Amino acid sequence: MYKLYTAILKELRIMLRDKAALAVMFLMPVLLVVVITSIQNSSLKMINNNTVPMLVCNRDGGESSLQFIEALQKIGMFDLQKIDSALIDKQLTDSMHAHDALIAVVVPQGFSSALNSKSQNITGKALTEFGMLVKTKQDTIIKEAPPVTMYYNPVLQESFRLSVNGALKSAQQFTENRAVLQALYLSMSNKKLPDSLEQQILNNKSIINQIPTAKDGSRKIPNATQHNVPAWTIFAMFFIVVSLSTNVVKEKISGSFIRLKTLPTSFILNLAAKQITYIIVTLAQVLVIFSLGIFLFPHIALPKLVLPENSGSLFLVSVVCGWCAVSYGILIGVYAKSMEQAIGFGAVSVVILAAIGGIVVPSFAMPESLHLLMKISPLHWCMEAFNTLFLENGYFKNVLFSLVPILLITAAMQFAAVAGLRKHRLV
Amino acid sequence: MEDAIQIQNLNFQYAENSGVVFKDFNLNIATGERFGLLGPNGAGKTTLMNLMTGVLQSKSGSIKLLGKNIEEDKEVKKLFGFVPQHHSFYQELSPAENLEFFGAWAGLNRKEIKERTKELLAMLGLSNVADKPVSKFSGGMKNRVNLAIGVIHRPKILFLDEPTTGVDVQTRHAIVDYLKELNKNGTTLIYTSHHLAEAESLCTKVALIDEGKIIAQNDLHTLLREHKQEGLEGLFLNLTGRSYRDS
Repeated sequence: MYKLYTAILKELRIMLRDKAALAVMFLMPVLLVVVITSIQNSSLKMINNNTVPMLVCNRDGGESSLQFIEALQKIGMFDLQKIDSALIDKQLTDSMHAHDALIAVVVPQGFSSALNSKSQNITGKALTEFGMLVKTKQDTIIKEAPPVTMYYNPVLQESFRLSVNGALKSAQQFTENRAVLQALYLSMSNKKLPDSLEQQILNNKSIINQIPTAKDGSRKIPNATQHNVPAWTIFAMFFIVVSLSTNVVKEKISGSFIRLKTLPTSFILNLAAKQITYIIVTLAQVLVIFSLGIFLFPHIALPKLVLPENSGSLFLVSVVCGWCAVSYGILIGVYAKSMEQAIGFGAVSVVILAAIGGIVVPSFAMPESLHLLMKISPLHWCMEAFNTLFLENGYFKNVLFSLVPILLITAAMQFAAVAGLRKHRLV
Repeated sequence: MEDAIQIQNLNFQYAENSGVVFKDFNLNIATGERFGLLGPNGAGKTTLMNLMTGVLQSKSGSIKLLGKNIEEDKEVKKLFGFVPQHHSFYQELSPAENLEFFGAWAGLNRKEIKERTKELLAMLGLSNVADKPVSKFSGGMKNRVNLAIGVIHRPKILFLDEPTTGVDVQTRHAIVDYLKELNKNGTTLIYTSHHLAEAESLCTKVALIDEGKIIAQNDLHTLLREHKQEGLEGLFLNLTGRSYRDS
């Protein structure tokens, strides 16, 4: 035990005296988690709580076009700013930049007349079907209204652009329905559709409930903090490869490994001491970053981190993920021939594994072709395990599904590291 | 008295398709010797030292240290100390911290380490820098730390691979004097160096080794007399030639 104690003490002393490595292990992830959570939180707020500036160029001016714009306004997503209908396309895009608007909508000339014609046709057909009108020999073709055009700033995310497109379609559908309803009522009663009835028929007041379904049945709403804090904690844990691998390379180059081989103590104890020390470091990282989420975030207008109720599973997941990260660091250290190689390969490989593992981009948004690759990234399985706890409030049995692949990857890395040490005659 | 080192029919090569380093190699070193293992670059000195300390494993044959086989008996590692050519310790730690770690790994307990650390640092002139990080030390001071680590557990045999490389005259003399003192107290020294004057001053016996073979072995005075040489350098050139060995 005393040998293990001195070995752990040695590792701790070396680590604590390397200020740059400490900054990489603690300061960098803290900055990352604060900055990225803030950015994601503000973009979520912008989409959820704020209205997006939208320019409207009405080249039609007819009643239906005005009703379309009114419907758009009622959706509540947009801050509409009407602009001169005489503007040509180039002037329109200039105007978008001048008004700081991300979207501009052009209602084309002939929009209202086409919509009226369409509604008349539909009404005629409907009345014929009811037997209230004699069918003419020639079947009239229903002409679609000329398309509404949407200009958008290329910085607009595709998902948001699709939701704007959905809103425009919904407004257009509402306008069409309204025109058909008015025409039908007029044809049948020779009277204009009363406003009150129109409101009752057209205004859809039914609400769609949105409920997150967690594994334990709870219904907490996830937010940027719940997503980002665990994700960047995993990234930080794996980023210790930079200091751990250089530590191993240093011992190899200095000949300390060879010297230890001549002493009456198993070399495995040295590896065990390194792993215990660095697992403690990864747990300290978890503690620091989670504490930030709990205590600091509410003071900087970010949602507070809510820890999963299953604290035993959280500890276990943290230890297993830490062990996996440490094994990766040792593996790189064993095979790297210089410290430069260890730092370069270690850092770049962690960024790549994070990218394909769902830390940077959510795994569901990854292209199909990368799904297989994603599954070999240990960071992906760590992310899955943390998500099970933080977003789904999962139980131990749910986490186990992710822990098994992590442990298998860890075992493979340990085996490869020992094989490398044997190859270099270090054990 | 039992030999300190007994090597019988040693065969070794680094890889299957690489050249043979040692073939049926034999060497005996008596207990209490100050034995110099000398030879040109690539002669096999460091490889032989690595085989004797168990860093490398032989293909066949046996190496015994005080009667115990290096590859079979785990207790044998308690009998010897090793001072590598490079500063094989932790530069971020102080001499006391290095000695604490290596002392524990050599099998000493906390109390023994404390006493021995104090004693060694005083003997090697490192007491006033005992708690300073070694990275700030001069080459000579680092060599003394390297030596202190090798002897912390009072080994019966001490292997020294060029222990005075890159140090000033004062440090070299201090190290050689300390090694003689150790030998007086019963430690067998197995020493390699390219510094032949130092070897002359330290060693009681030498073996000249070249291409994995011993080409001359005896006590220094007999060897010089036999080969009609006045010094070790002349003897060395006479037996190993003047051509480059590492080109």
